Amino acid sequence: MTTETVKFRIYRYDPDKDAKPYMQDISVELDSTDRKLLDALTKLKVKDDTITFRRSCREGVCGSDAMNINGKNGLACLTDFRDLKQPIELRPLPGLPVVRDLIVDMTQFFKQYHSIKPYVINDTPPPERERLQSPEDREELNGLYECILCACCSTSCPSFWWNPDKFVGPAGLLAAYRFIADTRDTAINERLDNLEDPYRLFRCHTIMNCVDVCPKGLNPTKAIGKIKDLMVKRAV
Amino acid sequence: MRAALQLSEAGLKTAVLSKVFPTRSHTVAAQGGVSASLGNSEEDHWTWHMYDTVKGSDWLGDQDAIEFMCREAPKVVTELEHYGMPFDRNADGTIYQRPFGGHMSNFGEKPVRRACAAADRTGHAMLHALYQRNVRANTHFFVEWMALDLIRDADGNVQGVIAMEMETSEIVVFQAKATLFATGGAGRIYASSTNAFINTGDGLGMAARAGIPLEDMEFWQFHPTGVAGAGVLITEGVRGEGGILRNSAGERFMERYAPNAKDLASRDVVSRAMVTEINEGRGCGPNKDHVLLDITHLDPEVIMSKLPGIREISIKFAGVDPIKAPIPVVPTCHYQMGGIPTNYHGEVVVDGKPVNGFYAAGECACASVHGANRLGTNSLLDLLVFGKSSANSMIDFIKAQPLELPELATADVERSVARVERLNKQTNGVAVNDARTAMQRTMQAHCGVFRFKDMLAEGVEKILEVEKMVQQTEISDKSSVFNMARIEALELENLIEVAKATMISANARTESRGAHVRDDAPDTPETPNGRDDANWLKHTLWSRDGNRLQYKPVNLQPLTVDTIALKTRSY
Repeated sequence: MTTETVKFRIYRYDPDKDAKPYMQDISVELDSTDRKLLDALTKLKVKDDTITFRRSCREGVCGSDAMNINGKNGLACLTDFRDLKQPIELRPLPGLPVVRDLIVDMTQFFKQYHSIKPYVINDTPPPERERLQSPEDREELNGLYECILCACCSTSCPSFWWNPDKFVGPAGLLAAYRFIADTRDTAINERLDNLEDPYRLFRCHTIMNCVDVCPKGLNPTKAIGKIKDLMVKRAV
Repeated sequence: MRAALQLSEAGLKTAVLSKVFPTRSHTVAAQGGVSASLGNSEEDHWTWHMYDTVKGSDWLGDQDAIEFMCREAPKVVTELEHYGMPFDRNADGTIYQRPFGGHMSNFGEKPVRRACAAADRTGHAMLHALYQRNVRANTHFFVEWMALDLIRDADGNVQGVIAMEMETSEIVVFQAKATLFATGGAGRIYASSTNAFINTGDGLGMAARAGIPLEDMEFWQFHPTGVAGAGVLITEGVRGEGGILRNSAGERFMERYAPNAKDLASRDVVSRAMVTEINEGRGCGPNKDHVLLDITHLDPEVIMSKLPGIREISIKFAGVDPIKAPIPVVPTCHYQMGGIPTNYHGEVVVDGKPVNGFYAAGECACASVHGANRLGTNSLLDLLVFGKSSANSMIDFIKAQPLELPELATADVERSVARVERLNKQTNGVAVNDARTAMQRTMQAHCGVFRFKDMLAEGVEKILEVEKMVQQTEISDKSSVFNMARIEALELENLIEVAKATMISANARTESRGAHVRDDAPDTPETPNGRDDANWLKHTLWSRDGNRLQYKPVNLQPLTVDTIALKTRSY
């Protein structure tokens, strides 16, 4: 089997022993069967078991291994390391407190997600069978429900960096529209009220970083635009 | 998550411990669907679903639990829809259903549309819907906490768990009136697996160390269609939508192995057919080591709307756009049919009696509804039905308990702390990766799709050697902050319990049944397909203490309908 040496520059910080973060230069031998950045990180961890990152499904559906890869947020498990310029520079997601190495504290991110009431609200008693929904109405949810909460989008958004406590951020707003767009949900007005605020929704300045980095190809900016349209419609 | 919801909505104080954020658990990766005889597209009946499940299990499933699951299915799937699950829809607005392997109408006649689907992201949609509903119910989540051991008192009653907060390495006791394990499977005992890194059988390891036997651990499902080389799952829903398996000659070989169900035969049957094709030289690729899953004949519109995730996986992990070229696939370890012995109320049962305060549901449990082979879509159903039923049992149990918690038994806590201490202090030890690789290679080589008498016997010796390595693992990371090296070492201590249980149970079962097929179990009129009902129609129970094996009878008596009588299995 042919092997190649791949060079990395990795953000390291262990609050237990490091006074401040530093960049570590390290390389690893990879096989021709290795493909993804996560394969490389897994081998790096065999070499140095102190390198710390989250990972689980390794197929891009669990959202664990989001990180900043050569300056751009992405999932390690979906990124081909051969497409990357070396040394491959890995940093934690920007804008959130670093716990250790590539692991960030996502509390603020989830707090914003929870703030939009991410569940169907429908106070009418449910029927015996399923609530009916036409295929066309269901299609409205495509591009919204697939979010994996990896935080690539929100942590690439300057508005979220400046106001993580006030601006819901692209992931949370995508989720907000997912429920607004669901014909089974009866709380549209309440949801719009919840976002009618100079910060929560309107800090989105359509910079579109979120669209650029989403590993699932979703478009939070479009969803945010639709919420803004509904706000306008409601006002007139 | 389903159990937590039931408990929270009943007003109980519920703590969910998870070593990952809840939407990152491996349910998220389920693709094809969840079965329920809703009959939205064609006539269906829960008794047909029950028949298929019993047949799929090769009659090792308990018929009371199977009846309960299939009867409850329409109810729990409807509830899930009410929770907001974004199911695909039929033109009349009802839930979309697709055909799936082994699911037939009218007691095995022809494939039926029973798998309720949200595109090919059913598990993702379900896990998120359940998490979201739990947010609404104010369930308390302890995120990134790893449970270390079960706590039992002198009488064996379960008092809770001892757990470690990953961010700080702080060890804390969670004392509870009732404890439920929904810890998933342990597919990572094998070198090639569709399972996530986190699927390390933590609940099984904890149960085994606490003296609870593990049931039917020799039965592992090899999913027919893992992406060759990468192991990533390609759902059976692809074949449900019309996908065809082809060998190097381009032949639809399943017509020879399962003339009726063809590519939609049960998973064990399809996986064996694929390995047989490869072994007989009809594999594809330069190494003739895989077969092809062909959907190039499907309308690209169907692929884009019903199988978008599969297309993405295929492009990313196989480098193939399935609209244009077939996907290279190979059978890959996928699901553990065995687990912690439970009844259909979700109570953990040892020596015929429930263990007070202890419950299990989902892949870590063995009710047993899957027997020797699980049908596709029955796993998501399993966790809905038994998540709910176990929570209801917990509610009844908790109500009957005194308000005050009993005094905490400390022996298990001390043992657990000692285990972590040993790891922290180990010197001149074995690298975690070396021990884990040795285990995974041993399991893959000695206990795979086809099993051989001599290889199994040798496998038992080898896995006991690996266990010695696991007892001496050493980590160089000594940090107290998010020490993943330590977590991986602790996970390996759980995996090795599962690996031992699997190898030893498989070595002992000298018949072929469902997913367990061995060379020395001949196909005779008395033992068709190598299945020996006279001697082996029974559940295995492996105990960690002395690797002891015991057996218990299969329950052939359903709750309200007639027994589905033993029959030779063919598709």
